[in-house]
Amino acid sequence: MADDVILETEGLTKEFRGFVAVKDVRLRVRRGTIHALIGPNGAGKTTCFNLLTHFLAPTRGRIRFKGREITGSRPADIARLGLVRSFQISAVFPHLSVLENVRVALQRTRGASFDFWRSERVLDGLNGRAVELIEAVGLAAFARTPAVELPYGRKRALEIATTLALEPEMMLLDEPTAGMAHDDVERISALIKRVAANRTVLMVEHNLSVVENLSDIITVLARGEVLAEGDYRSVSRNQDVIQAYMGSGHA
Amino acid sequence: MTATANEYVGAAAPAETGVPIPQVVAFGVMTTILVAAPFLVYPVFLMKALCFALFACAFNLLIGYVGLLSFGHAAFLGAAGYGAAHSAKAWGFPPELAILFGTAVAAALGVVIGALAIRSKGIYFANITLAFAQMVYFFSVQAGFTGGEDGIQSVPRGTLLGVLNLNETLTLYFVVLAIFLAGFLLIYRAIHSPFGQVLKAIRENEPRAVSLGYRAERYKLLAFVLSATFAGLAGATKALVFQLASLTDVHWTMSGEVVLMTLLGGLGTVFGPVVGAFIVMALENYLSQLGAWVTVVQGVIFVVCVLTFRRGVIGELGNLLRKSL
Ligand SMILES: Nc1ncnc2c1ncn2[C@@H]1O[C@H](COP(=O)(O)OP(=O)(O)OP(=O)(O)O)[C@@H](O)[C@H]1O
Ligand SMILES: [Mg+2]
Repeated sequence: MADDVILETEGLTKEFRGFVAVKDVRLRVRRGTIHALIGPNGAGKTTCFNLLTHFLAPTRGRIRFKGREITGSRPADIARLGLVRSFQISAVFPHLSVLENVRVALQRTRGASFDFWRSERVLDGLNGRAVELIEAVGLAAFARTPAVELPYGRKRALEIATTLALEPEMMLLDEPTAGMAHDDVERISALIKRVAANRTVLMVEHNLSVVENLSDIITVLARGEVLAEGDYRSVSRNQDVIQAYMGSGHA
Repeated sequence: MTATANEYVGAAAPAETGVPIPQVVAFGVMTTILVAAPFLVYPVFLMKALCFALFACAFNLLIGYVGLLSFGHAAFLGAAGYGAAHSAKAWGFPPELAILFGTAVAAALGVVIGALAIRSKGIYFANITLAFAQMVYFFSVQAGFTGGEDGIQSVPRGTLLGVLNLNETLTLYFVVLAIFLAGFLLIYRAIHSPFGQVLKAIRENEPRAVSLGYRAERYKLLAFVLSATFAGLAGATKALVFQLASLTDVHWTMSGEVVLMTLLGGLGTVFGPVVGAFIVMALENYLSQLGAWVTVVQGVIFVVCVLTFRRGVIGELGNLLRKSL
C-alpha cells in the first residue's frame, strides 16, 4: 500500500520570521488520485505548494516524491522529475502568443532549448501537439493571441495547457478555477478529470462543488495545520472543519 | 493529424515565423549605406564606428533580451584587443587567427565572470560585473605584455587568409564590414532561435519558466558568454584596425559608453545599438575640438535624449511606424 504513495511529506514546517505558516504537515498523496487541499484564506495552502516545489525552502521537514528525497532539490529539477506546479496568480508568458506559451513547455522536453544557431522555425515542428493541447482547453480560436490579451479565465486555461504539455506524472494546481465564469469552471473541471486519468493531481480549490465533484480525497488545512482528511462526505461533516470555515466567514 | 493542426494555425492568423518585412528592409538599407559609405566618409572613422556598433549589439543581447545590465563589458572588448594584438605581434599570428584568439580570450573570460555574476540581479549584477572588469583593468596595468600605459602598439595587420592585404584601407574596411555583418546576423539569429525563445520566456516570467523545468541560470550564462564573445570579436577587430590595444578599451568609461550607445539607439531593438554607436562616435568625432568638454556635452546630450525619447532613436521610430525594428 505504502508504495503507491507518490508524494509524501513528514513534519513539513515553514516559519516566516516567527510566524508559522505551515506547521508539521504530514501529507500523503496516492498515485492516480485527485487530492484536494482546502482550507480558509491564509491557511498555508500556497505556502505548501511553494515548499513542495522548493520555491520556498522548508524550515523543517522532509519531502519525498516517487520514493526520492527532494527536500533540497532545486525547483527546475523537481519539475524535471515530473512534479509540475501551476500558480495561484495566473502565470503565463504575457507577450508570447497562446501557441508560443505552450510551445515553450514542449520545447523543454523535446530539446533544442540551447540551440542559439538554429532558426526558431524549427519550433514549428511542435505546432501540431501545441494545437491539440490548446484545443483541449478550449483556446483553439486564440492560438495567435498574445497571452496578455486573454481574459482571466482563459489565462488559467492556458496555464493548464502549458503544464499538461510537460506530461507531468503529478500536477499541483493552485485554484485552477478561481475567477472563472461558470462555463469555464465546468470545462476546466472536466479537463482536470480527463487528464487525471493517468496522472496524480494535488489541487487547492475554493469552489466546493468542484472539490466534491473531482476529488478522491481531501486534506483540510487551517492555520498551517492539518485539521482533517478523508472523502468529501466525512470532511464536510467534521465539526472542526465546519468551525474553521465558520470562523473565517466562509459558508 | 499534424497537417490539419498546422493548417488550423495557418488559418487562425497570418504566419508569424520568418523575418518581418520591415526588418529585412532596414537591413537592406543599412547594408547599402555601409557599402557606399567608405567612398563618402573617412573609412577609419567608419571602421571604428562598426567595431563599436558590434560591441553595442553584443551588449544589447544581454540587457535587451535577458534584462541584465552589465557594467563591465569593457573587460571583454579590451581583453580581446590585448589577445589579438599580442598574438599578432609577439607570436606572429595571421589576422584571422589573431581575431579568433582575441575572441576566444573574451569568451573564456565571459565563462568565468558570467558563472560568478549570473545569480545576482539588478544593481548587484551591475556591481559584480564592474568589480570584475576593474580587476581586468588593474591586471592590464600591471601585466608586462600589455605595455602598461603605452599599450601594445604597431600591431601588424598582416594578410587575411594569405590573400587580402589588410594594409590597404578599403580592403580592411570591407573585411571589418563583413565581420560586423556576420556578428550582427549571428546575434539576430541567437535572439530568434529556440534558445532565444527560452530567453524570452525567462525574461517574461522567470518563476514560470523555472516551474516548467528550465534552469534559468544556465540560459542566462549562455547569453552572457555569447554577449562577451561578440564584444570580444569587436575588440579584437578594433585592435587590428588601429594596430593598438590600450587601457582605454578596458577602462570602466568604455563600459559606460556602450550603455550610452545602446540606450540612445534603443534598448532591445535590433538596429538601435548600431544607430546609437554611430551617433556617439560622430559626436565624439565632431566634438573633439572641445577637448575635455566632450564628456560633459555628451552627458548633456544623453540626458536630453533619454528624457525626450525614452525608447531610444530606433525604439521611438519603431513605435511611430508600429513596426519592430
Ligand atoms: N513570503 C511570505 N512572507 C511572510 N508571510 C507569508 C509569506 N507567504 C505567505 N505568508 C503568510 O503565510 C500565511 C499562509 O499563506 P498562504 O498564501 O499559504 O495561504 P493560502 O492558504 O494559500 O491562502 P489563500 O486561500 O488566500 O490563497 C498567510 O498568513 C500569509 O500572510
Ligand atoms: Mg493561496
